[in-house]
Amino acid sequence: MTQADTKGPQATYEDFLAQGKFMIQRAKSTGEYVFYPRVTTATGATDLEWVEAGGGGTLYAITVNRTRSGSSNVALVDLDEGVRMMSTLPGVETAEIGSRLTARIENEGETPRVVFDLAKGDSA
Amino acid sequence: MSMRGKSAIVGMATAGIGEAPGYSAMELLGQAAVAAVADAGLKLQDVDAVFAATSSHAFPTMSVVEYLGLKPKFFDGTNVGGSSFELHLLQATMALDAGLCDVALVCYGSNQRTAGGRLVSMSEPQWHETPYNPRHPITAYGLAASRHMHQYGTTREQLADVALAARGWANLNPEAFARGPLTKDDLLSSRMISDPLTKADCCLVTDGAAAVILTRADRAKDHHAKPVYFMGAGAANYHRSIVAMPDLTTTAAVDSGPRAFEMAGVQRSDLDLVMLYDAFTINTILFLEDLGFCPKGEGGRFVEDGRIAPGGELAVNTNGGGLSCVHPGMYGLFLIAEAVEQIRGTAGERQVDDCNLALCHGNGGTLSSQCTAILGSEAAL
Repeated sequence: MTQADTKGPQATYEDFLAQGKFMIQRAKSTGEYVFYPRVTTATGATDLEWVEAGGGGTLYAITVNRTRSGSSNVALVDLDEGVRMMSTLPGVETAEIGSRLTARIENEGETPRVVFDLAKGDSA
Repeated sequence: MSMRGKSAIVGMATAGIGEAPGYSAMELLGQAAVAAVADAGLKLQDVDAVFAATSSHAFPTMSVVEYLGLKPKFFDGTNVGGSSFELHLLQATMALDAGLCDVALVCYGSNQRTAGGRLVSMSEPQWHETPYNPRHPITAYGLAASRHMHQYGTTREQLADVALAARGWANLNPEAFARGPLTKDDLLSSRMISDPLTKADCCLVTDGAAAVILTRADRAKDHHAKPVYFMGAGAANYHRSIVAMPDLTTTAAVDSGPRAFEMAGVQRSDLDLVMLYDAFTINTILFLEDLGFCPKGEGGRFVEDGRIAPGGELAVNTNGGGLSCVHPGMYGLFLIAEAVEQIRGTAGERQVDDCNLALCHGNGGTLSSQCTAILGSEAAL
């Protein structure tokens, strides 16, 4: 058994992040991608394997939370694999919905997280 | 089996709307419950079923039962956020129709304004969201509004039209918490909180409690001269976290609405009053679209030019809504309270002429649970 089989999907995802890998699940039988990590797809497929996310995505929605201590954006990103995740674009105040994005793992906080930058050479 | 016309609201009361310093959430709920029971010409001990959800009680029906000294035969604390109470109407009707109980109390109370002035929520963080510090619920609604604007060209001016209409109605309602003049400029210059939503796009944070009493329809007239009949209800829910909402511009109201209309045997054009859960201005636009009052994407244009304001084509949120009347954490029961007031014909200056049929649409979570209930007068049966 690999490490990925000995923990639940959430802990496995977080372990991968700690190793610097952005991994998502895909069902072998149906090809469906799943995010956030779970024990089943909506069609009931449970033969989920971990695959590295391609890292490409498109900005689906974005808001900027403005407080007296500062502002930061919260984004919903559609990964090229067809699943959506909450994330943030730390390098910009906000961005055009539809912008092409590239994922990276940021290690500045207590735990690593996947964040996105505007894709180079692409301004949607 | 349809539940159409099987039950009726025969008692209704609110308490502490706005600010109620010195009272706990349960004390306000208790006041509303006692007054609703009296309104139905019943005694507290006649209540044999309790339906409740609150923002501050882990076991709301237990807390209500104990506080009021009830011994119910049936109880249901289903918590689907602010939409709980529209669902409770359906569940109470089923329990009454099945003979599991005779007198059902649906109730809510909150003192969130005087207790701290912040939204009280027992909602747990979602692990896949916490690294990004969302400030729910407004972050979720800001995201939905951003997408609606991108996809359909909805504008901040149109969001302001929703708030302006709500204030127009509130100015006709002496019980509304936020009254007084309000201009579009005031709204557009309000402080940005979660783009594109400003403070003026957010509901109030008030205190308040409400309660309704339901009996089977055949004995309703023994309790109130003008029973408000349960015509139909439907619910739909597909996500918990905003990230899992399939399409941020379309809520599950596209399914809850038709279910309610089918059970009630009525059409949109039959409605005299539309009560929509306006926790944020974008909600009103989304629900007008999803319940079919206008095509998808047209909600922003639909609310322009005072169409949902007093004197407009469609009477929407005549109490002033969560934006200008009352919003004590969960708002769903106040939609029902206003529908009862209007169908009884006791809404005073804001009374809708010949109000016989009202739709109450509850929203829970982050555009998550959608529950639609339709209420009617005897003439609508």
